[in-house]
Amino acid sequence: MFPYIANTPQDEKDMLKAIGFNSIEEFFDDIPKELRLNRDLNLKPAMTEAEIKTHMAELGNKNQGKDLVNFIGGGVYDRHIPSVINHVISRSEFYTAYTPYQPEISQGSLQVIFEYQTLITNLTGMDVSNASLYDGASAVAEAAFMAVDKTRNKEIIVPDNIHPNTLRVLKTYLRFKDLDLVIVPTKEGTFTKAALEEKISKNTAGVLVQNPNFYGLVEDEIEEIVELTHKNKALLIMSVDPITLGVLKSPGDYGADIAVGDGQSLGNGLNFGGPYFGFMAATNKLIRKMPGRIAGQTVDKDGKRGFVLTLQTREQHIRREKATSNICTNQALNALMASVYMVALGKKGIAEVATQSAQKAHYLYNQILEKTNFKPVYDKPFFMEFGITSDIPAAKVKEALLKEGILGGIELRICGDDFKNGLLVAVTEKRTKKEMDQFVQVLEGLK
Amino acid sequence: MKKYDSLIFELSNPDRRAFEIPKNDVEEVSLESFLPKESLRKEAPELPQVSQVDLMRHYTNLSNKNYGLDTGFYPLGSCTMKYNPKINEDMARLPSFTETHPMQDDALVQGNLELMDNLDQMLCEITGMDKMTLQPIAGSHGEMLGLMLMKAYHQDKGDTKRTKIIVPDSSHGTNPASAAMAGLDVVTIESKENGEIDLGELKDALGDDVAGLMLTNPNTLGLFEKQIQDIAKAVHEAGGLLYYDGANTNAIMGITRPGDMGFDIVHLNLHKTFTTPHGGGGPGSGPVGVKERLVPYLPVPFVEKKEAGYKLSYDSPKSVGKISNYYGNFGIYLRAYVYILSMGYNGLKRASEVAVLNANYLMYSLKDHYKLAVDRPCKHEFVLAGINTDIAEMPTVNIAKRLLDYGHHPPTVYFPLIVNEALMVEPTETESKEMLDDFIQAMKDIVEESKNDPELVKTAPHTTPVRKLDEVGAARNPIVRWKPEE
Repeated sequence: MFPYIANTPQDEKDMLKAIGFNSIEEFFDDIPKELRLNRDLNLKPAMTEAEIKTHMAELGNKNQGKDLVNFIGGGVYDRHIPSVINHVISRSEFYTAYTPYQPEISQGSLQVIFEYQTLITNLTGMDVSNASLYDGASAVAEAAFMAVDKTRNKEIIVPDNIHPNTLRVLKTYLRFKDLDLVIVPTKEGTFTKAALEEKISKNTAGVLVQNPNFYGLVEDEIEEIVELTHKNKALLIMSVDPITLGVLKSPGDYGADIAVGDGQSLGNGLNFGGPYFGFMAATNKLIRKMPGRIAGQTVDKDGKRGFVLTLQTREQHIRREKATSNICTNQALNALMASVYMVALGKKGIAEVATQSAQKAHYLYNQILEKTNFKPVYDKPFFMEFGITSDIPAAKVKEALLKEGILGGIELRICGDDFKNGLLVAVTEKRTKKEMDQFVQVLEGLK
Repeated sequence: MKKYDSLIFELSNPDRRAFEIPKNDVEEVSLESFLPKESLRKEAPELPQVSQVDLMRHYTNLSNKNYGLDTGFYPLGSCTMKYNPKINEDMARLPSFTETHPMQDDALVQGNLELMDNLDQMLCEITGMDKMTLQPIAGSHGEMLGLMLMKAYHQDKGDTKRTKIIVPDSSHGTNPASAAMAGLDVVTIESKENGEIDLGELKDALGDDVAGLMLTNPNTLGLFEKQIQDIAKAVHEAGGLLYYDGANTNAIMGITRPGDMGFDIVHLNLHKTFTTPHGGGGPGSGPVGVKERLVPYLPVPFVEKKEAGYKLSYDSPKSVGKISNYYGNFGIYLRAYVYILSMGYNGLKRASEVAVLNANYLMYSLKDHYKLAVDRPCKHEFVLAGINTDIAEMPTVNIAKRLLDYGHHPPTVYFPLIVNEALMVEPTETESKEMLDDFIQAMKDIVEESKNDPELVKTAPHTTPVRKLDEVGAARNPIVRWKPEE
């Protein structure tokens, strides 16, 4: 017997008899004989829970991570996660529900989306948000499509200091729609108006700014870039780390048209790259160009407040090939995690998390510069992530740190040969003085 | 409880906290000392401040207004809403997996990479394909990737004319929408009445400008495409490729395989067939499998098994690149891996057999009260063409809403588009005969009510937390965020 299949052999007999069939095999008669798999699938026989637990523990033990001190970032951060999050998403009324197509019995999911949209718009300073997208990288690609759709132009401009995976994803998405990607070289790690001026034209549909950028630097010419972009009738897409918006100016403050980013930082675990979620918020006038689900407030027959999926004529199940996107299933439960996280922290808490991360990062940075031979990759204002470099290959540095139980960061050579020995180090509010002092100590000992 | 009607913002009190982080143990220098003043916002974002009790009760009360699979029957056609095993959830929360960062060195994540490699092989065995990528995050994401692979293949062969994709009119809306995302032009062909491909129509549409055909098998009416070999032959002879939308894989596990039917590209919905929870709209997972000749175009990175261990390789010059940030929804496909282990080869086959038994039992039990779209044994799902108008008249939407009062989630309605008043029913294998009988009785009772008390049905639902909602008003005057009253 299989625990997830209820019907017994006796049920099977009774059911077949009731509808006038002799065997289940009859239902498969229409499959041509030569297409039938005339053997068992080459998989193991069924395992019990106890056997699975042993197997998964063995597999898990081949990983290292859970007892290590994590200084790796690159858009995915090891933060304090409130216990309430797991308890909320473990309510099976949430996690075993389908997309809320029947609003009368989905008010929980729908109100969660409505509240999530409100939280995201408050955080980003934008007018409207959708219910979530796959991840930060595909959110950038969807935003690029919106810019193309809105302006009828075919060219997207991005600086070379964005996350290398975002760039890869954007390249793939744009290539298949025959759209053009223009990469602007940055100066000393940041995106300048002068650099944009050389590339922007009447053919530009959208310009992307990532803040803080992949090197952790806070961009300092965003206002000028927004102005130049709008002067050229293109849309400004801003990709942000949501936690930094606890203290940094929001995309709305800068006058961006679309704000996107990866929501992992908002109460989602590391999970080896997923599931996380992408968020997207925009100005009011772009609402009908947005991809994905949007929840809206309405009233029921008795005049009572309720919520529904709305503006569905943008979507694939109605518009088919003319839809704004093909997205159907998104990352609803991860967006719920983010909502619970934002509510758990509140206005004060998110500012504290952002501030503490930045303060701790600067503590570590200053200690490294003071006590070791490492130099900054860029000597510019950064938020909570920074590059350091020395004569020693970054791989060696990581190895030395790992011996002390520390995951040291990301080797910047993934961004190009210029960064040969660079190491990108991220510090969150979760790191302690003791952990950072140990980090410095290891670096001091390197010859 | 049902009366709970607060938004989280309405509970906010600036002096309350639900969670606190530890005190800062390094020197608290001001942000202005290291960041330009112009980069800082004037005031922290408006997030509500509530106590932890308020938070938990808020979300618990909201969950009480939701219907999940653990609440009851969920026969949504094409969605395969089967039971989500709890061991999957426990295994996905093991810190040895959850606390690994995607940018850790390969040597430190050997367990994750081994799991990915094992799952790749298992899914290939189930579908009859040669290689899988786990990178797509949902079904439509998989479709988009599959079509990109198709296009990349033709382009690499210098066959740049192939810009059209054929899609039957009975297909899921995501099919044409995904084709548009991959920059292909959609050619829709009319299906036969039973939802099967009209071979003549197909042959007329094929040509040297066609990249391929997208198909579900069994199709959206729950019927097996008997001519699938002829279809595959026609598409391949015309130089096209065959794409399998795996939404309906729950009918065929261990029985027949898309790879053996002639499909070149397959996507699976692990949140359907392989029991990962739907989460109220995700996260899902939509792996894509291909035949050997398409392997060079798969996204990077992919797992390689070397003597020294597993490795993520980016060495693939013809790859389409990346479609998501890292390696797909690892935490989700881990659940599917656990499910496959729980079922084994024998369990997966049994699952498909019972899914098909349950569907036929429902279909034939309802055939006097409802019109069958096609009167022929179905696979894992079937379509009713509305109520039997000899007994009573009632639009499908009202039948669906009345089912809510009986405590069942309604079937998918008004899809596929080729059937009038469609009700698409997919019971899955995890439901018992008793549950199916209860649903059958409810469906029959609604027919009786439609005859004797149509007003009762037309004004349904009567027992849900809210009644029929004004969707037109919501779209006309969109209120998509909460704002404090002025």
